[in-house]
Amino acid sequence: MKQSIKILFCLFFSCLVVSAQDIASFEKHITVKKLDNGLTVLIMEHPDAPVFSFFTLVDAGSTQDPLSKTGLAHMMEHMAFKGTDEIGTKNYAAEKVVLEKVEKAYAAYEAERNNRVRRDEQKVKQLEKQWQDAIAEAQQYVIPNQFGQIVEANGGEGMNAFTSVDETGYHYSMPANRFELWAYLESERFLHPVMREFYKERNVVIEERRMRVDSSPVGRLLEQFITESFAAHQYHRPTIGWISDLNNFSATDAERFFHRYYVPSNMVVTVVGDVKAAEAMPVIEKYFGRLPAMTQPEEFISTEPPQNSVREVVLHDASQPIYLEGYHRPDYRDQDDAVYDAIADLMSSGRTSRLYRALVRDKKIASYSAGFSGLPGVKYPHLFAFYGIPLPGHKSQEIADAIHAEIERLKTEDVTDEELKMVKTRAKADLIRGLADNQGLAMQLGTEMARYGDWRELFREVERIEKVTKADIRRVASKTFVETNRTVGIIETRVANPAQGGVQ
Amino acid sequence: MKRNGLVVTALVIVSFLTLFSPPADAQQAEWQKVAVPPLPAFHPTEPKRIVLSNGMVVFLQEDHELPLINAFARIRGGSYSDPAGKTGLVDIYGEVWRTGGTKEQTGDQLDDFLEARAAKVETGGGGDSTSIGLSCLKQDFNDVFKIFLDVLQNPEFRPDKLDLAQKEAFDAISRRNDDINEIVGRESAKLGYGKDSAYARVPEYATVAAITRQDLIEWHRAHVHANNIILGVSGDFDSAQMESVLRQAFEKWPKGPAVARQQYAMSPAKPGYYLINKDDVNQSAVRFIDSGTTRKSPDYYSIEVFNEAFGGGFSSRLFSSIRSKLGLAYSVGGGIGTGWDHPGLTRVGAGTKSQSTVESIQALYQQIDDLKSQPISNEEIGRAKDSILNSFIFRFDTPEKVLREKLGYEFYGYPLDFLERYQSGIEKISVADVAKVPPRYLHKEQIRVLVVGNSAEFDKPLSTLGPVTTLDITIPAPPQEPAPAKP
Repeated sequence: MKQSIKILFCLFFSCLVVSAQDIASFEKHITVKKLDNGLTVLIMEHPDAPVFSFFTLVDAGSTQDPLSKTGLAHMMEHMAFKGTDEIGTKNYAAEKVVLEKVEKAYAAYEAERNNRVRRDEQKVKQLEKQWQDAIAEAQQYVIPNQFGQIVEANGGEGMNAFTSVDETGYHYSMPANRFELWAYLESERFLHPVMREFYKERNVVIEERRMRVDSSPVGRLLEQFITESFAAHQYHRPTIGWISDLNNFSATDAERFFHRYYVPSNMVVTVVGDVKAAEAMPVIEKYFGRLPAMTQPEEFISTEPPQNSVREVVLHDASQPIYLEGYHRPDYRDQDDAVYDAIADLMSSGRTSRLYRALVRDKKIASYSAGFSGLPGVKYPHLFAFYGIPLPGHKSQEIADAIHAEIERLKTEDVTDEELKMVKTRAKADLIRGLADNQGLAMQLGTEMARYGDWRELFREVERIEKVTKADIRRVASKTFVETNRTVGIIETRVANPAQGGVQ
Repeated sequence: MKRNGLVVTALVIVSFLTLFSPPADAQQAEWQKVAVPPLPAFHPTEPKRIVLSNGMVVFLQEDHELPLINAFARIRGGSYSDPAGKTGLVDIYGEVWRTGGTKEQTGDQLDDFLEARAAKVETGGGGDSTSIGLSCLKQDFNDVFKIFLDVLQNPEFRPDKLDLAQKEAFDAISRRNDDINEIVGRESAKLGYGKDSAYARVPEYATVAAITRQDLIEWHRAHVHANNIILGVSGDFDSAQMESVLRQAFEKWPKGPAVARQQYAMSPAKPGYYLINKDDVNQSAVRFIDSGTTRKSPDYYSIEVFNEAFGGGFSSRLFSSIRSKLGLAYSVGGGIGTGWDHPGLTRVGAGTKSQSTVESIQALYQQIDDLKSQPISNEEIGRAKDSILNSFIFRFDTPEKVLREKLGYEFYGYPLDFLERYQSGIEKISVADVAKVPPRYLHKEQIRVLVVGNSAEFDKPLSTLGPVTTLDITIPAPPQEPAPAKP
């Protein structure tokens, strides 16, 4: 295995183009199978230390949150750590009855609380108490965090999950002798999830929102900026959720979301490490094959119309200034995707990048500046953003002007041969550096499977960058980075009121 | 097993089974029925250790998986010994060392050369050491190593890059009070070690402005000598060949004055409540701070197990109570601090909404009290040990990780088989051992409680718990100079 990767990349480097045969040599170690229930499974044999990593990708993120229930995809991710009908409970039969009672009590409380015209405050209190009493009753059956405990006690490493606008992912690594135990745990989690401790976990998520957004200057800016940038497409909604939605949605809502989107045809399970596909695939089939086949969920997406206006959000904040601007660009499947990658690299990578040299080194107006794609996601048309961190005494407008001057250069002058070569060399080297560890490989391969239905795209992305021309860069910059396609987000420092004793 | 390097054996599995096997008459849960075969023995590649005649220590770790070569050198002496009035010197040095170029080439020229090859040579400053690293494709090693050597031995510290580094440092100073989690980390260290302690002080406009090119040159002259350097090289090379390249490069480098290992004074703040008010947040960052110990302490293994059970992962008491049961925090955790060469800081904390600040402090107190009334149980200890021992292999599952571990032991003067000792040290820990940890290291009456938050919104004034010292973290303005402007 090791040897063949090496040979592959020596070839890769000297020829500069990946031929089908190079992929074929990588292919010897990868097995892909679509199970009868529609689940996509990828196994890569990477024998070294007796360990493996996995990545379960659910092709649904906060873009799929139902109306008035923002934050639900992320909430579901938290609930996937709460156990099953076997794990995390002292008596599931009894617990199930009480959990149903909690949902009924919550629905009654919600109905009264949200009754805007004839709300009876006394009744709200009474119903809230009934709901809270039911929660307390359910708690007696809970073995807290038993799912996580089993994973940890069995040597699980780096157990975590994430939710983005585009997808939800679960991952950790384990000693190789726990492979079957992992297959059991990971399949059970999506076969028999139980919405226990839901309303306490909802408070945990609200604390997460306070940490990431409300109490963080950058978090506050990004939320306002993205909301402003998208009028029609669901990308305008925060993944963490609006506070009113977080205070409203129910375990029943989460369960409904689960049944709609956590279906085998909408999921990819990737395993990389010291496993043999011939032995591992039957184990995966035995456990994950139990997930019932369901139809792929329908999409409910509005397409973002052309912006046709300059938009701006300005936060007068207690913190130091930041300048950010974004331009709409097509989704990751667009034929110019690699051109955007090349532009991001050229503008942002290291001390040779154009933005570093212009804003940091020469003009000395910023401590950092960069441009990147993928805000807030890539699956649908999204933003290519530029930002700069002004040095003390410098204004956001100076940053904006300097970034615009660099954009103008992209449109009007060809990049140099050296620059273009550097971008292409770096793309290849970055690919190689990303192949070192099991967890990183699992996440990359799994994501390519979900996005393209083919892991080989990991290599083809580099091939596409190899084909980018100087004219491509001018053309794409000219069509994308125009004023009427721009949204600006700025933090301006407000003068603290000394009477409040606020810190600067 | 100890002698043969790091081996994971069936022992580990036995401890798992003893823990989770239910009583004979109980019905086994489904997950307990899944077979767990023994983990095959695994002997990671050990790096080759070479000591040159001038005292430079080199580790070579072959790893032929990818056509890459990485090198990392650690040099004794760091920001803990920044001269008075020049705090920030080593941070600035760590940057300008590389950006300021060499006698032959400017930093910008190095950037162009390296980036064209997707290669890196970078330098940096830390508390007890500075470092220089290299990363490149195998085919470029000769060219990139030449630059590595040139930066290591002939840096020029050009003034324009010093100016740039100072400007960036001013920017960081101006922004250091923007985020509560940054504030709470920095100020916790000041309370635990003392605000002027080498382990806690931070650069100010005046101390950064005072740094000169001559300071950087002198720092380099005083520290960068073969006998103060530990170098690790890993990647796709032949060890014998690499050894001869390195001998040729370094063997003739004369010895210099050795950098002595130093301990620095600590003067922790007195126990009590400390408040930093910030009116633009709705969450409080709460920390309990106390003095910890070092990894050389005989209690080290007990502390490791205690920390896992008390404030480690999903299984810990803090996570299960403060987060899952009470829903008071998203981020919660902590444990007894253990440093390599000086006492670590014990930190226990949570981020909670302003309206539950005092409630959370009381809940954390309750967790400390519970350690007396409900000591960490046999079952909790079994789980903590299983978690540490069964995931132990992830500390050495790649050649790069093995190399990093060894470099650390070498640097701090720990036995090179520390990792194997660690495994057997953890295996031996009993309930009685762990029970000794809280009375030795966690004293309610000695804790400094720091809260960074919006005090107008607290559930109760912090003063209901005891006398409160309000900390002023206003950033001192630069002396006289008009720029950089006061933020």
